[in-house]
This record gives sequence, structure tokens and C-alpha cells, in this order.
Amino acid sequence: MGTRNRRLTGWRLTAALVLAAIVIFPIYWMFVTSVSTPEELYARDAPLWPVALHPENYTEPLARYPFARWFANSTVIAVVSVVATVVVNLMAGYAFAKLEFPLKNVLFLAIISTLMVPVQVIMVAQFQVVVELDLVNTNWGVILPRLAEAFGLFLSRQFMAAVPDELLEAASLDGAGQLRRFVSVVLPLCKPLVATLVIFTFMWRWNEFAWPLIVLRDNDSYTLPVGLLFLQSQFGNDVGGLMAMSMLATIPMLVVFAVFQRFFVEGMARSGIK
Amino acid sequence: MALLDVRTEPPAQARARPAAPRAVRWREAVAGYAFTAPALAVFGAFMFLPLALTFMISFQEYSGFGRAEWIGARNYTDIVADSTFWRALANTVVLGIFLVPISLFGGLGLAMLLNRAMPARTLLRALFYVPVVISGVSAGLIAKWMFNETLGVVNRVAEAVGLPGPAWQSSGVPAMASVIVVTVWTTIGYNMVVYLAALQGVPGEMHEAARVDGANWWQQVRLITWPMLRPTTFFLVVWGIIGSFQVFDLVYVMTGGGPGNATTLLVTYAYSEGFAQRRQGYAAAIGVVLYVIVMVLTVVQFRLNRRREA
Repeated sequence: MGTRNRRLTGWRLTAALVLAAIVIFPIYWMFVTSVSTPEELYARDAPLWPVALHPENYTEPLARYPFARWFANSTVIAVVSVVATVVVNLMAGYAFAKLEFPLKNVLFLAIISTLMVPVQVIMVAQFQVVVELDLVNTNWGVILPRLAEAFGLFLSRQFMAAVPDELLEAASLDGAGQLRRFVSVVLPLCKPLVATLVIFTFMWRWNEFAWPLIVLRDNDSYTLPVGLLFLQSQFGNDVGGLMAMSMLATIPMLVVFAVFQRFFVEGMARSGIK
Repeated sequence: MALLDVRTEPPAQARARPAAPRAVRWREAVAGYAFTAPALAVFGAFMFLPLALTFMISFQEYSGFGRAEWIGARNYTDIVADSTFWRALANTVVLGIFLVPISLFGGLGLAMLLNRAMPARTLLRALFYVPVVISGVSAGLIAKWMFNETLGVVNRVAEAVGLPGPAWQSSGVPAMASVIVVTVWTTIGYNMVVYLAALQGVPGEMHEAARVDGANWWQQVRLITWPMLRPTTFFLVVWGIIGSFQVFDLVYVMTGGGPGNATTLLVTYAYSEGFAQRRQGYAAAIGVVLYVIVMVLTVVQFRLNRRREA
């Protein structure tokens, strides 16, 4: 039984490793391409590993295009979005979970009904709102409309509904007002919720493409994904340079994932709650 | 089942609350609106107002500049007669029909593979999840390069093992197939993680008992694991279908909807009508149609869900 089990684990591990290699191959190939010259890549019998390392694939586009600027724009948008999303959703989540006010259920249902609406449904009208507010080409034009995302609000409300009412009542008997109940009773219990909100909002805003593509018109205002699309049109046959920039745009996300992996997995499982 | 726990909680308002004096209720209502004010402001300005405007614009002809002209339901009658629209809808459905089951069973397979103790399990799980966290644009760029017909690594490997390399980028069916492959790649890790969490809820004793009764591996999967995972599967199917209506970044970058309109999807078509062709009224009308489709799918989800829980 023991050896049979061990052999079975061996087979499972082998299968898992082979599949993982296939799944990771495109990322590996992005890296290989990013350090190769076109001649090396286009050679008839080019191998599946780098022949030589060509850092100029990285340095030349960095010098020629405002990649650093795009990186900064993406970072600012992601960080501000994360902070704003957490604040807006925690506040609203508390009210929808623990307070009574007129129209509460109607408002909550109206918001939840937008959970599945793709941005392409409203992009034309949303763009007009952004034009009216004079936010075209600005970071705020990207950030503000995407705060209206029901996912985080729903998650927050569900999480806070599980906070026992007795805790709040005890605080209220001690004379704590709503703000103090929220800040000193509910918030300290919300760390897993905040972790989930931070990670997912960061991932979505860092990777976001369709909406920034509409709002950001000038080269200098681009985020990384929009900038990459622009580079694709500039590079032509120089896949190496394009993959190098794509690599640089992806690495921060991979680092965040590697560091917060546990929260990603837990958060994903929790988002399955919907 | 752990996945669905939160949903089954009684809503806060259902719990018995002592009747509060009017002044207290009034103060609570003020606090309620104060706490929800930021959310209501952003949802009002950037979701509900645009939804209403979308409906309005869908009855107009508008280029994005200058004056809009009211044209009644003409955008909608144009949609009915627009073969590209129907092609985009058909493509979206085809994508969903292939993507959802492949990604679902693939994710379940991976979850079952990784559910047992093995070395480097956490690392393996993370590796399968990596394609979920990278951007659709990066995924599209790398996929476009890998599926390049003459120089791409996919066809070079195919050639090396003696297979004919399909015309991924100049022929419709292979192009759609390549889009399906890449969307599976970017979603399978998500299904795996959700299934892994659900598998924690399948008690080991059930398998133990089945084994004692002489059930083989396949019987255990079919009679124990699969039924126990039904709520999760249901959630992932609905989520997957709705997700397949939202695939944009990847297709926009990887194929641009081509060749011809072979990979044009509803969302990429709406975008190109609204912002490349500048037929914003028409794009808004497509948006309304898309909204109706997604809403119907969502309502069907909740209906079936309630029936299952009842």
C-alpha cells in the first residue's frame, strides 16, 4: 500500500509539473523573446532558450518612449483607486449591513444589479460624463468612474453583516456614536476584507485596458496597457523590444502576486461567495 | 458549501430589533446616508446616469461631437439587419460554448490533481494561477506572437513534430480556436482555485466509505465528488458565461476581431462602432442589447439558484 501510494503521488506530481510547465511556457517565452534579437528569433532552427542576452531590448525602448511616465501613471491610478475603493466600500458596506435608513434595500439592489454590467454597455455615455466633467486625459477620469463597481461594495456588506450586533450594541451602551462604532469596533475586524479589496482592486486597475483606452488620448497620459498597445503599433517586427516592455509591465503584478499569494487564493475563494 | 455560507446568512434587517425612539431612528438614517454618500455619489454619476444616458443615446444619431439627432428606433432596426452584429453575437456564443466547459473541467481536473498532499503543492497552485493575474493586454501580445503563422513558436513546435501549422491569423476557424485556447489559459486557474476551496468541503470519510464498498476512482468522482460540487459548478458556469460576454482586452490586442470578423465579439464590436467608427448612438444601442443579455443571464442565475436552495 505504501509503495503504491508513493508511486501514485509520483505520477500525480509528474502530471502536475508537466501541466504547470505548459501553463507557464507563454510567460517564459515572453522572457526569452525579450532578450533575443529578431535574427535569433527568426532563425530556421532557433532553440527554445535564449542564445544570448540582449539588454538593449530593454534599454532602447526605455530611452525612446515615455515608458517610465506610463509606469508612474499606472502606479498612481492603481494606488489611488485602491485607497478610494477601500474607503468608499467599507463605509457603504457598514451602512448597508448595520444601519437602517429609508430606501436602503432599493439602493442596495440597484447597486448589486450592476455587478455583471460590462463597461462596454455604458462606455459611450460614461465617456460623455467624463467629457462634461473635463476629466479626459486625466488620472481622475480613469479612477472615478471605476469606483462605481459593485463587487467591493457587495463583498464589504456581506463581510460586515457577519459582525455580531452585540458588539455594536455594547459599544453603543458605552456611548459610542456611529463613527466610533465603525472605526473602533467594526474596522479592526475587517482586515481580511481589506486585504481582499486591496489585492483585487490593485490587480484590476493595474491591468485595466478598455476604459483607459477610451479616456486617455495623449501619449503622456497613457497607462501601461494602453502604452503597450501603442508600442505594438510602433515596433513592427521588433518583437524583442515589445516583449521586453510587456515583461516590465507584468513584473510588478507578478511580484504582488508572489508576495500576497495566500490572500489572492483566499480572496478568490471568498469572491466565489457571490 | 463553505463557498456559499455568506449567502445563506439572514439579512440584517430580518433580525428582530427593539423599536427605537423616533430621534434615534432619525439619527441612524442620517448616519446611513452619510456613510453611503460617497458610494451613492460615484454610482449615481458614473453608473446610473450613464445607464440612463445609454438608453437615451441609443435613440439618437451622434458622432461624439456636435449635435445629436433623434432617430427613433432606427439604431435597433439597423442592428436587426446588421450581419456583423449577428456574427459578433454568434462568435460570442461560440466562444462561451467552448470556453466555459473546457475551463471548467480543466479547472476541476487541476483541483483534483492538487487536492492531495504532494511536494511543492503551493508553488504548483500558484503557477497555474499566474495567467489569471497578468493583464489581458500582455496575454494578447504574447499570444499574438506565439500564434504568428510563420515565425511563432506554436507552429514551429508543430512543424518539428510533423504536424501542419494552422493558419492562426489568416483563417477564421483557427483564429477563433486560438482565442479560445488563450481565454482558457487565462481562466482555468480561477476555476481551479474555487474548486480547490470547494473540495475542502467534501468529507474524506465519504470517499473512505465508498472505497470500503468497492467503488473505484471514477465511481467516487461521479457519485460523490461531482454531486457535492454542484453548487460550485453552477456558480462557475454562470460566472463563466457572463465572463465570456466580457472578453475584450485579449481579443482587441490579439486578433483585433479579425481575420474578417471571425473573432469580433459583441463588446469589441460595440467599441469599434462607438469609438473607431464614431457611431455612438449605434454603439449605445448595442450596449442596451448587451445589457439586456447580461441582465437576463443574471436573473436566470438567481432564479435557478433560489430553486436549488429551496
